[in-house]
Amino acid sequence: MAASVKRPRLSQWNFLGGLAGWLWLAIVIVPIYWIVITSLKVSGDYYSTNPLVPPTSPTLENYRFVLENDFVRYFTNSTIVTLGAVLPAVLMSFMAGYAIIRGGAASRFLRGVNGLFLMGLAIPLQAVIIPIYLIIIKIQMYDTLGAIILPSLAFAIPLSVLVLSNFIRDVPKELFESMRMDGATEWGTLWRLAFPLTRPALVTVTIYQGLTVWNGFVLPLILTQSPEQRTLPLALWEFQGQYSVNIPAVLASVVLTTLPILTLYVIGRRQLLSGLTAGFGK
Amino acid sequence: MTIAPPLAPAPVETAPPGSKLAGGSGSVSWMAWPALIAFTLFGLVPLVGVFLLSFTEWNISGAVKPAGLDSWRTVLADPDLLHSLWVTFLIMAFSWLVQTPLSILIGVFLASHQRYRAVLAVLYFIPLLLSQAAISITYKALLDPNFGLGASLGWEFLQQDWLGDPVLALGVVVFVVSWQFIPFHSLIYQGGVRQIPTSMYEAAQIDGAGRIRQFFSITLPQLKYTIITSSTLMVVGSLTFFDLIWVLTAGGPGDATSALAVEMYQRGFKANLMGPASAIAVILVLCGLVLALGLRRLGGRNQADSQLEGV
Repeated sequence: MAASVKRPRLSQWNFLGGLAGWLWLAIVIVPIYWIVITSLKVSGDYYSTNPLVPPTSPTLENYRFVLENDFVRYFTNSTIVTLGAVLPAVLMSFMAGYAIIRGGAASRFLRGVNGLFLMGLAIPLQAVIIPIYLIIIKIQMYDTLGAIILPSLAFAIPLSVLVLSNFIRDVPKELFESMRMDGATEWGTLWRLAFPLTRPALVTVTIYQGLTVWNGFVLPLILTQSPEQRTLPLALWEFQGQYSVNIPAVLASVVLTTLPILTLYVIGRRQLLSGLTAGFGK
Repeated sequence: MTIAPPLAPAPVETAPPGSKLAGGSGSVSWMAWPALIAFTLFGLVPLVGVFLLSFTEWNISGAVKPAGLDSWRTVLADPDLLHSLWVTFLIMAFSWLVQTPLSILIGVFLASHQRYRAVLAVLYFIPLLLSQAAISITYKALLDPNFGLGASLGWEFLQQDWLGDPVLALGVVVFVVSWQFIPFHSLIYQGGVRQIPTSMYEAAQIDGAGRIRQFFSITLPQLKYTIITSSTLMVVGSLTFFDLIWVLTAGGPGDATSALAVEMYQRGFKANLMGPASAIAVILVLCGLVLALGLRRLGGRNQADSQLEGV
């Protein structure tokens, strides 16, 4: 996809598409705009002012209220769970993808492993939550952050292996060959050749899986119960249940949980978008 | 799915004697083990486990006891299961009907290489970054009949009891799903449209085909496989909607939005009946499998072949 290639046909005026495009932008932006301006209003003003007009004297009072309600702890929990699940998952998937590409032609075992991960793509997490709950109880990890980390890690693997092995396959065979001629081990080749050449894919996969785990709701809901182990989405839900009338504060909590993702998005946007279109647009 | 193309053997034969064969497949196999073990323990074992648990009786506090076909009899005789299958089907069908045409339209629009459209794509993507819990909480506040947007703006048509009316609540679920996922599918279609060779449109223009005609005779047929990919993700994904429905309506009002995953959660973790809940989970897995395979057949056998062949 050479972005610089001029395509006269596509830049023609497309009335219906344009209408849908701009209309959808409004549908996407209005609620987000509303979340942000409302979170800056004094909660008393919320009912008396026009909901779509920004507050005349914006306040951070709602954010202070949210932060005082243990959000720092939930934030820390979410960070631990996300890093604890995604970094090992991506590393393991990278190694597995490398093994499948390098050894798959000669090894039935590795082809079988590849098939297994492809099948794994079709397993919905929600459908196996009951046995996961049972396993977590049996290994006495119920109500710990580890209970969320382990299944999150496992379910990040199939897609990561698929995407990463597709990228490792694109590394020219000659490069592997010359590494071997120089006497490099497979482990050395993995880190000195495959790793730098697949870095964009690694970033894409890490951000995507990080997003999934950060936003995860089912696992924390089922595998934890004490407030000390709560992650952000669950905390949001509990907070909303508790302060449902204080809408500005609820929306401030929504903004706070989303800020780190938005920051990541701004940094890794290009890679994430092109990685997703490359992965599915075929 | 293709494994590494077996083009390598030739250089391997010429490898110096004593070096491990085929890049030393024996020496790389171990690298697959950590991922394999992690995925087996928390992916494959639970998958087998859910089938086994559907033939047992277990109420969280007690031990797991074999119960034969009891759970299946309970679940299959229960009108609630049929109802939740129906709700799941409605959500699936309507969210497909809403999302597909809009995603194609926006995807075609975004496919054009213009700077402002790239900026639009960045903004479109934001809903996909939010957790479903956050989105549902926002819409719950936004649609509140007394304190929501409709009430404070004084707009009659927005002042409905959105989440209190069975039909409206289902509509809200479909809308919120679309709000989050249309951007994602638009991006898939954008990628698909960009792969259509410009030459086809040039030929059509020479033949005097208008834009509408071009869309229906070239764009849409060429997007066949993209449509199948996107529809598979939509349809199979909609089977497992849980976070969104649970936070937005908790399956209500009554059981109006109680889709399969919600029904499973309620039976298992609220009513303490893990056996029947596991049976529902098995039904969920089977539905997903059947739908995914069915849609794949629609794509024909030679999905790997390029749809651009002969151009």
